[in-house]
Amino acid sequence: MTKTEQNEKSFDIPKSIDNQWCPGCGNFSILHIIKKSLKDVDWSPQDTVFVSGIGQAAKFPQYSGANYFNGLHGRALPVATGIKASNPNLNVIITSGDGDIYGEGGDHFIHTIRRNPNITLIVHNNMIYGLTKGQASPTSEIGLTTPVQPDGVYTEPINPIAMAISLGAPFVARTSAGNPRHAQDIITQAFEFEGLSVIDIFQPCPVFNKVNTYQWFNEHTYVLDEAYNPSDKVNAFEKSLETDKFPLGIIYKNENRATFENAIGIYSENKEPLYKRKIDFSIINNLLNERK
Amino acid sequence: MNINKLDDFTIVIAGQAGQGVESVSVVMAHILKKQGYNVYASKDVMSRVRGGMDSVSLRVSTDRKDAFVDRIDLFIPLHSGGYKHLEHRISEDTVIMGVENPTDTKREVKKINFIQVAQDIGNRIFANIVAAGAICGFLGINKELPINKLKEFFTKKGDEIVNKNIEAFKKGYLSGAHVAFNLDIEFSLVNKSDMEDYVFMIGAEAIGFGALAGGCNMMSSYPMSPATGVLTFLAQNAKKCGILVDQATDELGAINSTIGAWYAGARGMVTTSGGGFCLMTEAVSLSGMTETPVVIHVAQRPGPATGLPTRTAQEDLNLVLYAGHGEFMRAIFSPGLPEDAYNITAHSFDIADTFQIPVFILTDQHFVDALYCAPIGEFSEKSFENNIEVTEKDYKRYQLTDSGISPRGIPGNGKGLVMADSDEHDEQGRITEDMEFLRPAMMEKRFFKRKKLLEEVALLPEVTGEDDYEILVISWGTNKAVVNEAIERCSKDSISHAYFPQLFPFNKKVKDILKKAQRLVIVENNAVGQFANLITQEIGISFSERILSCNGKPFSVEDLEEEFNNL
Ligand SMILES: Cc1ncc(C[n+]2csc(CCOP(=O)(O)OP(=O)(O)O)c2C)c(N)n1
Ligand code: SF4
Ligand SMILES: [Mg+2]
Repeated sequence: MTKTEQNEKSFDIPKSIDNQWCPGCGNFSILHIIKKSLKDVDWSPQDTVFVSGIGQAAKFPQYSGANYFNGLHGRALPVATGIKASNPNLNVIITSGDGDIYGEGGDHFIHTIRRNPNITLIVHNNMIYGLTKGQASPTSEIGLTTPVQPDGVYTEPINPIAMAISLGAPFVARTSAGNPRHAQDIITQAFEFEGLSVIDIFQPCPVFNKVNTYQWFNEHTYVLDEAYNPSDKVNAFEKSLETDKFPLGIIYKNENRATFENAIGIYSENKEPLYKRKIDFSIINNLLNERK
Repeated sequence: MNINKLDDFTIVIAGQAGQGVESVSVVMAHILKKQGYNVYASKDVMSRVRGGMDSVSLRVSTDRKDAFVDRIDLFIPLHSGGYKHLEHRISEDTVIMGVENPTDTKREVKKINFIQVAQDIGNRIFANIVAAGAICGFLGINKELPINKLKEFFTKKGDEIVNKNIEAFKKGYLSGAHVAFNLDIEFSLVNKSDMEDYVFMIGAEAIGFGALAGGCNMMSSYPMSPATGVLTFLAQNAKKCGILVDQATDELGAINSTIGAWYAGARGMVTTSGGGFCLMTEAVSLSGMTETPVVIHVAQRPGPATGLPTRTAQEDLNLVLYAGHGEFMRAIFSPGLPEDAYNITAHSFDIADTFQIPVFILTDQHFVDALYCAPIGEFSEKSFENNIEVTEKDYKRYQLTDSGISPRGIPGNGKGLVMADSDEHDEQGRITEDMEFLRPAMMEKRFFKRKKLLEEVALLPEVTGEDDYEILVISWGTNKAVVNEAIERCSKDSISHAYFPQLFPFNKKVKDILKKAQRLVIVENNAVGQFANLITQEIGISFSERILSCNGKPFSVEDLEEEFNNL
């Protein structure tokens, strides 16, 4: 590869762009990891689209040199599905927060798994609402105190891994910003996977979540060993119920699910993305004539 | 009764949900159109699948008549409950052919027990075919054509079913002919050969055809009466036309994925009704901010909340006009007849694409469910092409230009990157909080410059009637045909009609059209006169009379004729 080709595939952005994340935030590590995985799969920025909702994690696309659609809080998944289904040649990656995907966008999380578009969903799980300055998120642990939960969280945290497996997501993984090599390996595999890959990545928020720090995540996680078989759904479901310590790795994988783009049928003969197709007036006119 | 010279005849069929009222009407409508008559059918259906009382009004005429009339010339009760249901519309002149009225035995009824006749043939399911036969016999229609239609229709079900249906039809035909003979009725509805060029469709299908002609290749929507017809139509034709049709999980998903599709270069539309549209409003704002086109069909029904799901209203103009937080431009259209819906829907895709805004098509239950014979011609290759540019390396999605419109790039089509942001952004699409230059520049681009451009291309009202009018009646959407006919029939002089196919923004020439009148009269199916208020607010002209109705029913020609006579 020549130097210029290399530059054309760079996802870096000009230094002049101001990054709004706090020093020490786990998002920096995730940004670095994702760029490395993008290099692994050799995708070009022009063919890659980042989609996000709203939140600190959802600012991710701003700091990557690719196409992006930074939409509404909670609504990244349907936007991404619409993009992928209209042009399957694009690589579509969602980078958003735990509140955005599991809370405000919970219904889309459920039903996008049922559709199974070939996109990668990366949820930055800091167990808190960062952008709105530190309220409980759907993954906050019981007892966490915040300005809005002064007596501590009393609602049961969501288990996104168990949920995704039960709904039949074909690629379900958990990793941690504190283990960059592991995370890079998982994300690269997710990019290469045909179908929806769900990755929950633990991300410390040193400003608003003083409990779930880098150290806490290290102490409360372990990496699954080579012998673990992610293709056994029942076994995977059992694994997903372990919450202390949390297992890291591909928890469940199923290579046999049809993607949404294939299931909808419009690409079975004609592979062209929708924008390249012309209107066929003879079909419309025939349909009209049938009604005379 | 003398209906010998009628060129306009209304048949109403009533029965319980599940009795096949709609299927008889559809069969009849096809037969009558093939005979060369104009047919318009509107239904009055309850929001339930069984029981209740439904009716369909079939208006058969020589000239085109597409408006609802109260008058019933021939009433076909399949069930005795029909009498109470249609009490207010049955007059002394109405011929009644069907089951008897248990509460009024004095009223003459040409008794035909459709169900009994059907049972004699073998099954009560043939009752609606008996009724169709009776109508054809009454109208003296040549038997051959309907019988061939029945053969065509039931051939897949085997000879026995075909024969039973034909038998049912013939029995009914004989009874109907007998009634007409005894009443000395000889029909002379004049048929017109040009009906052959007219196409048969319900309003929802006209929207669907318009979408196809406008290059729609994506629809994601969530079922909701009365808007579902468009989703069904596109789903039925998806394979043939290469359209991506997805039943969304909810309205938020529907509109967000449609916006995603436009961002990636597709041409998408959502179809919904008031409640569903409420859920979409945040994304309307997203379309405005990200300058991503989207076409939104809202078929109105009476609210608030669940309201009357199968009835009609024009209550959601304000909702559509103000939907979405923040300030940005939009265009709102309101087709009145299928040919308008066809042209306007295709046009909506062009407006959305060219101006990169949300575009609304506002219809209502009466229009989307009514069946019409419409003069819709073939679309030529004057086609609707994407305004999509191949991007250069330094592409800026929100480039500030003189017109306010930035070239629309899509991801994967050129060397550039396409960055769309719901936060306030710079030309490239990255978040900014620069309130000195960028915020005002982006507001200028999204709102003020777009407003000017959209006003220039805004559709003008269609004025019918005398040129120098004193009274100008204003209508929009569904009321176009009924106002036209009521004006023709009323006894007032110097009264004309302006139907507005576009409700927002206004063409600058609208003011002159309105100023010519001494009195402006609005006709709307809502409580306050939402469109009248909008005209007053935007153009500064007030209305002297408001003819309003919010009872869930369409206006009838008789209603409006009386209102106009009293002006
Ligand atoms: C409809 C709507 N409701 C609320 C908000 C405010 N809001 C923005 S981000 C956010 C939560 C973000 O949490 P998360 O997704 O976990 O992202 P983080 O900031 O932690 O990365 C909320 C509530 C909004 N922007 N839109
Ligand atoms: S608030 Fe938390 S999540 Fe957001 S940037 Fe700061 S540290 Fe990171
Ligand atoms: Mg969070």
